[in-house]
Amino acid sequence: MRRVGIGLLVALVLGAALVAATARNSATAGTSGAKVDNITIWVGWSAAELKAFKGVVAEYDSKHSDVTVKVVGGINDDKITAAIRSGKVPDVVSSFTSANVGSYCNSGAWIDLKPFLSKDKIDVNMFPKTSQYYTQYKGKRCALPLLADVYGFYYNKAMFKAAGLTSPPKTMSQLTSYAKKLTKKNSDGSIKVAGYNPFLGFYAGNAPDLSAYAPLFGAKYVDGSGKSVISKDPAWSKMLTWQKSLVDWYGYKKLQKFNAGAADEFSASHAFEIGKLAMMIDGEWRVAFIGREHPSLDYGTAPAPVDDAHPELYGAGYVNGTIIGIPKGVKHKDQAWALVKYLTTDSHALAIFSNGVRNVPTTKASLTSPDIKPDAHFKTFLKIFANPKSTTTPITAAGNAYGSLIQAFAVKWQAGHAGDLAKGLQKLDKQIDAQLKQAQAGGVP
Amino acid sequence: MASSAAATAQPLDRTRARRRAAWRRRRLVLLLMAPWLIGFSAFFGYPLVMSVYLSFTHYDLLSSPKWIGTANYRYLFTQDPQVGEAVKNTLWIIAVMVPLQVVFAFGVALMLARARRGVGFFRTIFYLPALAPPVAATLAFVYILNPATGPVNVLLKHLGIDGPLWFQSPSWSKPSLVLLGLWGVGNIMIIFLAAILDVPRHLYESAELDGAGPLQRLRWVTLPTISPVILFSVVIGVIAGLQYFTQAYVAANVASGQASQAGDQTVNNLGYPEASTLFYPVELYQHGFRYFNMGYASAMSVLLLVVAFTITVLIIRNSRRWVHYVGAAK
Repeated sequence: MRRVGIGLLVALVLGAALVAATARNSATAGTSGAKVDNITIWVGWSAAELKAFKGVVAEYDSKHSDVTVKVVGGINDDKITAAIRSGKVPDVVSSFTSANVGSYCNSGAWIDLKPFLSKDKIDVNMFPKTSQYYTQYKGKRCALPLLADVYGFYYNKAMFKAAGLTSPPKTMSQLTSYAKKLTKKNSDGSIKVAGYNPFLGFYAGNAPDLSAYAPLFGAKYVDGSGKSVISKDPAWSKMLTWQKSLVDWYGYKKLQKFNAGAADEFSASHAFEIGKLAMMIDGEWRVAFIGREHPSLDYGTAPAPVDDAHPELYGAGYVNGTIIGIPKGVKHKDQAWALVKYLTTDSHALAIFSNGVRNVPTTKASLTSPDIKPDAHFKTFLKIFANPKSTTTPITAAGNAYGSLIQAFAVKWQAGHAGDLAKGLQKLDKQIDAQLKQAQAGGVP
Repeated sequence: MASSAAATAQPLDRTRARRRAAWRRRRLVLLLMAPWLIGFSAFFGYPLVMSVYLSFTHYDLLSSPKWIGTANYRYLFTQDPQVGEAVKNTLWIIAVMVPLQVVFAFGVALMLARARRGVGFFRTIFYLPALAPPVAATLAFVYILNPATGPVNVLLKHLGIDGPLWFQSPSWSKPSLVLLGLWGVGNIMIIFLAAILDVPRHLYESAELDGAGPLQRLRWVTLPTISPVILFSVVIGVIAGLQYFTQAYVAANVASGQASQAGDQTVNNLGYPEASTLFYPVELYQHGFRYFNMGYASAMSVLLLVVAFTITVLIIRNSRRWVHYVGAAK
């Protein structure tokens, strides 16, 4: 009798709970009309850049009543990898490190976008070749480009005028001669104003892996079979010889002291912005920084000077960019794709985001979008991006690990600690090949 | 017959009872040790076993590990161009920083033990740097030793000396890290101080009566008595040297002028300048978390464990000749 009583009580409670839940569901459905999905996107941007990105997403939100997009900023590749491993993934992820696309595509950690592209009849030729390259690995496309960083040349017009120079240098020998003309020294021999600072490691334009210089000399990293050809392509030794000769002209130690006294490159006291550097190679983002921090600076932008023997390369530059994709295990695959598609292919979205962060929009159509805020300085970078000779660094199974080997050699070279250049480059080739082989060990990838 | 059976049954019962009691005791010990055992197995045993397994695989953190035999070890011992440099730097920091830290900490402790006035104040002052977080301390040192704008070189310039490039120079970067290590030596210093103050007074008095001077008392009384503490400091110092990471990571990033957040892969300053601060754990981190080459990083970590274990065993074996434990039979 007692058992029957307990059974009845349990049945009553469960029944009441069921009725309450049903009532609540129908009430919710009744008020919202349609089901709203919350989707999350992880991006690397922070501060003002994140604000600009949120603005683009807000516009998307307002056009799509079926989803609400939550933006999480300050994300790096460690966090993305950890999320994928845990299975608790956001719906859309983006990374500043396009070099990792090999890992993401090959492992399936970022899902293949080809079925979505085919379904929506999107031709990837809408992106310039370089951006097409760094968003896939061995033909597997698991990412799309979301704005690009393009490297070009900045020069201080007032200093040029004072030195009697009328236009930016177009060749490396012109750059050297201008650098010498524009350099000013203190009474103790230390550098007061550097005409051009060639020191590898000094600001982004002198990345020690030589990535920003390689397109200017037409330097090739690998041959058709993926073997390193740094010692075989004479462009590398030419590049390194030119760079070291200018370092030696300044004096290695003097340049190091100059660098140590120069402010952080992302501060308002950046050497170029405060007149301590007359010329530099830098990314397009500097236009926005100067606009914000030193709007009265009299400067110009142009494609970076190129190897004297290859004038046809003038107009090209180094390109890199943010990649965006959908991680495996995602819950709202279709909604995630709709957002990725909007952010990467909609000319208006790309243009307003480009205006917000002053990075280069990544479709051919968006480069000429009327929504792009006109700016003569920035226009230079749009042209460099569209130039078919602009290149990026190779996507390999070892990510950007080969860059560390190039860097290790190059910084020793500029310090005069690398010995014979030809032998050093041959050794470097062997090291890179061994590293790639190790990264592919076991047939992976 | 019945009485003899009862007589044999009694010892059997006693044995059983003893076994039961012993089992109960063991069970209690196991129960009391359970929190430690679980923690040890989960956070030490399991990762250790997994590291050994992963060291024989290709593992990019995203795909399943793939067995590749000894390929990672072959690359580590015969081909990796940067690991040699990392090993050299790590050995340098152990060979130079550890002895200097021990000597410096001992010297400061000796002075503090003899101080008559302001003892508390000086002990606090010398210990205080040990409380500074390593990242903050390194940032401060890079600022102080900035070759162009840092107060040290400005002062040296006033004295007519052209100061070194400190963290910007491959010859000076490691000595700069040693200076940072000596500045933050408070933890070892406080252990030495406690040990020195613990040396029985009567030993000094006996030595003095035998005509021993201050140096002889130091050599024959203080040093032997505190030798277990010296051994402890050396072992801890060597292990810390093998794991030297934070200061090198921060110094390289900041001194290069292109500071990046942990995990940011867009710039690579590790080892700056010229790989002079590329220590073994920095290289290991680089492979594991920058290049997602976790199988290879695991092989590196297994080697690190073996080396740390071997060095510790060698030091402890060698210590039998010079470490004296009070009250221990010789």
